[in-house]
Amino acid sequence: MTSAAAPKPISQAQKDEVLAIVARHKQEPGPLIEILHDVQRSMGYVPAEAVPLIAGALNLSRAEVHGVVTFYHHFRSAPHGQKVLRLCRAEACQSMNGRALELHAKQRLGIGFGETTADGAITLEAVYCLGLCACSPAAMIDEEVHGRVTPEHLDELLKRAGAGAKP
Amino acid sequence: MTVTVWISRDAGALALGAEATAQALVAAARKAGSDIKLRRNGSRGLYWLEPLVEVECAADRIAYGPVTAQDVPGLVEKGMLRGEPHPLRIGPIEKHPWFASQQRLTFARVGRIDPLDLDDFIAHGGFQGLRRALEIGSLATVNEVVESGLRGRGGAAFPTGIKWQTVLKQPAGQRYITCNADEGDSGTFSDRMLMEGDPFSVIEGMTIAGVAVGATRGYIYLRVEYPHAYQVMSTAIGAARKAGYLGADVCGSKLAFDIEIRLGAGAYICGEETSMLESLEGRRGEIRVRPPLPAEKGLFGAPTVVNNVVTLATVPVVLAAGAAAYRDFGQAKSRGTLPLQLAGNVLRGGLVERAFGLTVRELLYDYGGGSASGRPIRAVQIGGPLGAYLPESQFDTPLEYEALSAIGAMLGHGGVVAFDDTVDMLEMARYAMEFCAHESCGKCTPCRIGSVRGAEALGNIARGINPEGNFSLVEELCDTMLQASLCGLGGMAPFPVLSAMKHFREDFRQGPGR
Repeated sequence: MTSAAAPKPISQAQKDEVLAIVARHKQEPGPLIEILHDVQRSMGYVPAEAVPLIAGALNLSRAEVHGVVTFYHHFRSAPHGQKVLRLCRAEACQSMNGRALELHAKQRLGIGFGETTADGAITLEAVYCLGLCACSPAAMIDEEVHGRVTPEHLDELLKRAGAGAKP
Repeated sequence: MTVTVWISRDAGALALGAEATAQALVAAARKAGSDIKLRRNGSRGLYWLEPLVEVECAADRIAYGPVTAQDVPGLVEKGMLRGEPHPLRIGPIEKHPWFASQQRLTFARVGRIDPLDLDDFIAHGGFQGLRRALEIGSLATVNEVVESGLRGRGGAAFPTGIKWQTVLKQPAGQRYITCNADEGDSGTFSDRMLMEGDPFSVIEGMTIAGVAVGATRGYIYLRVEYPHAYQVMSTAIGAARKAGYLGADVCGSKLAFDIEIRLGAGAYICGEETSMLESLEGRRGEIRVRPPLPAEKGLFGAPTVVNNVVTLATVPVVLAAGAAAYRDFGQAKSRGTLPLQLAGNVLRGGLVERAFGLTVRELLYDYGGGSASGRPIRAVQIGGPLGAYLPESQFDTPLEYEALSAIGAMLGHGGVVAFDDTVDMLEMARYAMEFCAHESCGKCTPCRIGSVRGAEALGNIARGINPEGNFSLVEELCDTMLQASLCGLGGMAPFPVLSAMKHFREDFRQGPGR
């Protein structure tokens, strides 16, 4: 299963939450990205239904808001798994076998970048530099950072993160 | 007697297990009946020794490293808390050749102080630069920065003082200071280390800039990939405000200045200054056509200073020590010190701050100790994903702006990434194009389309499909991107590609079965 599965429609309470977030930031200059961060923090992603709500409240077109959501790699349009594993793909990590680690993670989890395991435990994401280049290759599970990650080390981390065993 | 022990909370140290080490130490000390005070600092930048444990003994801090959680009980038993000998004992870090040979100005406090202890910051020279700026006033402060020869450390290397002069001479009205903390270049982590290890220096630098150009508001554009830096910076801003270093009346000067952090959202292009401004305004990070310069019409249309974290954190050094003292470091048009970041396949990676002039080879071997894998170092990439690859024959080039420019390379933000002889340079060239395609803002065609076509053509060479034809196609595409892109992403993505094609031609000749 991948994150392409259609997310459930959001509830009225969630819609109210979106509007409350907008109200909190509306007076700030250029608030849209701050609002999207808060929506994603609160719900784990930016639901499609939030777009017209935000657009209406900020007097922007839906296209403008949608354009911002889709421009930034950080914003998701679908829920993520219980944990998010980010693997660094940048050059310093590549110089220390980052590509082999990437392959290992994909095989171990049975998913590609941007996808979530069938049990909903792990979402795998690519990241381009975590600033841990002197201890490459680097990974981040939610906000916990790890350096000099070997495939064995990654298996251990995934086990701790609750990823079910996969061939 | 209470023994003070320092263990870093820098993200790099945490990534290597510093938190587990700290917890193990607290437990082991309790078991041994030793009274310890655990303090957390930034990283000294010797990442191969992290987690580093420093024990205060008389005037020195005796370092042990790398200390894993498993090592702790044995070390405590062997008298680590008294500074006793052990195979992991390093001695005082300041006397370690890797550290002692550096000239730490911008990073003077990083790893020495508790990053969130304002008194510690002040006791180590903090706010001296700001006090001098308030004393000598706006124009003299700008002149001091001009005289220092400080150039932007973010990558563009534009003279900082000249930028400030431009902002200063704009018509009266709202002005902004923006700190570019979108450190996205692979191989760089100096901004992160500063924000986590000495956040008040960034605040002080921004405040000096505010005093200098008459701005009352500052924004830090911080990448979302740095949650630890965000936490430390936010806390530090709150503490500075509470102590009267930010707010309506900075240090009793009647001048107002305050700072807000805005988080990025995972777009490399937002490290480009006009794209960053668009993002700060809440829009897609599409670049703006210059002119007008941000110094004339920047954030929300107002004159804006855009400087990198390292640049801003260096300003207090310039003000406190004086322009001449800073200028005395370095050579030719590269004045002062440069915090180099040594990364990738090296034995001893980390932060090396020195006056400009160190050669690539000295950095790789004297500091780096050669490759981590033990194989020969075949290539280095300097200046991030848009920087050129250098072959061994160019390792004697000094790491300074003009010398690198002369060989078609660039210093960028000072990141140096080493690769051993297993590297496939055709693949690295293809990756450079792929990265550009992934991160292109889409505004101009050479970058948006050129990068996609470039990655395809390089992929075709790898598959043995018309290698010569595709080789020329890539050269042509690179030429178009170089000449016709609106910003540095498309305009510099050809650097790694062309340098790989020129210096590592053999990797492009193989056909199928690569």
